[in-house]
Amino acid sequence: MDLRRPPRSSSGGVEPKIRQVGFFTPDASASGPSEAPVAAAAPQSQPQQTGAATESPPASRLSPGRLSPVMIPPPRHADHLAPGSPSPARAGAVLATSAPAASPARFDAASVVGDDDSWSRAPSAAELEENRSGLAETRNDGAPASIPQKQKTSKAERRALQEAQRAAKAAAKEAGLSGKSGGTAPGPATSKQAKSAKTAQKKDVPQAAGSVASEKKTSERLPERERKKDAPHPRMQFDDVHKVEKAKKRAVVNQSEARNRVELFRHLPQYVHGTQLPDLESKFFQLEPMHPSVYKVGLQYLSGEVSGGNGRCMAMLLAFREAIKDYSTPPNKTLSRDLTAKISSYVSFLIECRPLSISMGNAIRFLKNRIAKLPHAFSESEAKTSLQSDIDRFISEKIVLADKAIVSHAITKVRDNDVLLTYGSSSVVEMILNHAHELGRKFRVIVYSRVGTASVAMVAHAFGIPVLVCCEAYKFHERVQLDSICANELGDPDVILKVPGKADLDHLKDWADNANLQLLNLTYDATPSDYVSMIITDYGMLPPTSVPVIVREYRKEQLWI
Amino acid sequence: MEPDAAQNPNPNPGAPPISAYYQTRAEHHAVVSSDWLAHAAAAAASDPSADGADGVDDADPLPSPGSGGVIEEFNLWRRKPDAAEAVAAIMALAAVIRSSRATTMMELEIELKKASDKLKSWDATSISLSAACDLFMRFVTRTSHLEHEKFDAAKSRLIERGEKFGEISLKARKTIAMLSQDFISDGCTMLVHGYSRVVLEVLKLAASNHKLFRVLCTEGRPDRTGLRMSNELAVLGIPVKVLIDSAVAYSMDEVDMVFVGADGVVESGGIINMMGTYQIALVAHSMNKPVYVAAESYKFARLYPLDQKDMTPAHRPIDFGVPVPIGVEVETSARDYTPPQYLTLLLTDLGVLTPSVVSDELIQLYL
Repeated sequence: MDLRRPPRSSSGGVEPKIRQVGFFTPDASASGPSEAPVAAAAPQSQPQQTGAATESPPASRLSPGRLSPVMIPPPRHADHLAPGSPSPARAGAVLATSAPAASPARFDAASVVGDDDSWSRAPSAAELEENRSGLAETRNDGAPASIPQKQKTSKAERRALQEAQRAAKAAAKEAGLSGKSGGTAPGPATSKQAKSAKTAQKKDVPQAAGSVASEKKTSERLPERERKKDAPHPRMQFDDVHKVEKAKKRAVVNQSEARNRVELFRHLPQYVHGTQLPDLESKFFQLEPMHPSVYKVGLQYLSGEVSGGNGRCMAMLLAFREAIKDYSTPPNKTLSRDLTAKISSYVSFLIECRPLSISMGNAIRFLKNRIAKLPHAFSESEAKTSLQSDIDRFISEKIVLADKAIVSHAITKVRDNDVLLTYGSSSVVEMILNHAHELGRKFRVIVYSRVGTASVAMVAHAFGIPVLVCCEAYKFHERVQLDSICANELGDPDVILKVPGKADLDHLKDWADNANLQLLNLTYDATPSDYVSMIITDYGMLPPTSVPVIVREYRKEQLWI
Repeated sequence: MEPDAAQNPNPNPGAPPISAYYQTRAEHHAVVSSDWLAHAAAAAASDPSADGADGVDDADPLPSPGSGGVIEEFNLWRRKPDAAEAVAAIMALAAVIRSSRATTMMELEIELKKASDKLKSWDATSISLSAACDLFMRFVTRTSHLEHEKFDAAKSRLIERGEKFGEISLKARKTIAMLSQDFISDGCTMLVHGYSRVVLEVLKLAASNHKLFRVLCTEGRPDRTGLRMSNELAVLGIPVKVLIDSAVAYSMDEVDMVFVGADGVVESGGIINMMGTYQIALVAHSMNKPVYVAAESYKFARLYPLDQKDMTPAHRPIDFGVPVPIGVEVETSARDYTPPQYLTLLLTDLGVLTPSVVSDELIQLYL
């Protein structure tokens, strides 16, 4: 708790949001959970001084008889933001939020589109014209020396501010023209110029992270800006009430927020399951700007019919393919800009149905990249056919053929009399097992449920059992994630109420009425690379330390395309 | 040695700039290249007559001109003192290109492939041999614009690259020896395992630089190659002590560092080497002693063993001196796999690398 820094109230009057996490009794004495004097939420994303300063009062105010909340101590250092720069208003989670930290013009930009990617980033070349080094700071958040960034912040901040205001103007113009429902038009247009934060999370590979981070710190301004263009979109943090309200206004899907949410996961969206479908179905014929196949895919996500990284990605790409086929450029518009805007609006709709997975994020980025790279000389029909063939090629190369390559590599590791344990139901693993069986290998399979891969991997590692991860290379991402908390997806809590096969165990039936009870159903978890022995991709069998190499090589040569 | 071309065999102008890491490496090599060029010239020039003679041999117009000639060439290079099999294979393959009768790129590549397969089948268990052949093929055929040029120009380019690769491989040991000198300081004690020509080269150079150090050498059963190594070291005037393999843990606290060679370096960054290396690495790791592996870059193989049994088996008969009782099995595997977490650094002709860089290099080459 560093009380040397000046109190935050001098910096523009926006107080950082902090909330209490952990086991506290919502007492009359302390103000309710959502109000000011509470401990900060996410550990590594700590806002600065006042967060630190106000933490001590609640701690001291607690009477010994009460349960003391599980306080998460503030970090030793803090982001050095120039006083008076508009960015200090970082609510709750700093790490990935860009929009709240900016000018009012960008609150419009903080629509569902750019910031909602709770699970992936979806920038594109067109989208990322603007970036702020203020957010570059979040990239170096984890690294100790954020001091050199201080000067860069102010200049870049101002520059970005200008661009944002310019963008807002352009957005307002386009909003009038495109007339999409729910006001998603300003969203996509401004999201194109939206500032994007690098979420500063490299996969926990110590050497690569260390060397890359230092490279970044010492690099010049210009290449840094270009690199930031590749930076992922900030993810919207759902604990900011204002932003959630705004997003709701723009939302296509009406969903009600779930009650009794776990405090630690307030930054992730959670809606009452099953409320969205009937509403969306009724709106099917009203949603003019939405292409029917995209709508269909969204419904399939909501109902859970389509699931799994590959499945969702393929469904989405095929829907986009249909949409492109039926697309026609409105007069006075360039195809690339307008189509990108349309795709962004579709993406925002899909995000509302279900947050994006990493595979989908990468596929979207690829598509936007291709749209941006269309030669100007192409006529509309040529452009459309080219895009459709690009999508087909992506699916066949990165998914279908990649799966075949993975199976061929993995099959060498399945020996007779092996006992294999797999979790969840991955399409690739199923293909491997089928193929091994066809080849006549004798082995046994144990299937384990979905979440908890990290613990299974840890136990396997402790017993010296190799852990093999089969993953297509298009799912590789430069984000670093140190825990399963800051980026995840909350599933339907009602699923964990019931024990399959034992309908009489319904003690938790009325859990929503119990204020002290919160159910948490996480969809993903993060497995540290130490527990992974080998990653099998379409580029061969790699050690976990080579993931950044693949990301680097293929990003460099644009071999995504 | 032109490091740029070696590390970045895509000399097209549109190529992205080399990263700082590689640039420093290139500079580092620039220090080495001038005098090593002299060494290489000396090494290559030691058999100009044989080269010429082989040229005559290879020029016989048989339906499969390359294959017979390859093995002959290979044997010739192998007979040179201290020549590694893999290097001999590389030189033989380079000779195949030179003497090829093909008129199209495809034909030439098929010829090369056939020659390479023949060499690999000569010893199916040798990892460095097959790795070297594969790497040679990738390295040589990886030039861009190969499809667009006329055949003669392309062929001469291939010959050039083949010879460069051969040159690098010949000089490899000397490069490694040069790089390792920084790790050997006066008064240090080293542990070596069995007979490794690369490690011997390192120690030779250190001795000739008048460094004072001592070597503990394991016996290296079943081959007892350790005795041969200790012989060579004694000739150089280096104080040597021979240990039986079981005495490694016992002596590990007087050791400052462990130096081993490798039969192959695998994609995970681990090494496959003579039986006993894993044991030594485990002991060294638990006692916080560094383990340095001296391996040429042509030994980088695209294998990824998950455990000890996940490799092609290579067996060696063991002579216990007394007959083995009936019904008793004997473990005769000749080599083991050391995972990367027990290795500290790899000293290669590409530079001093950490184990995770092996995959990096392989990815770049196999892109």
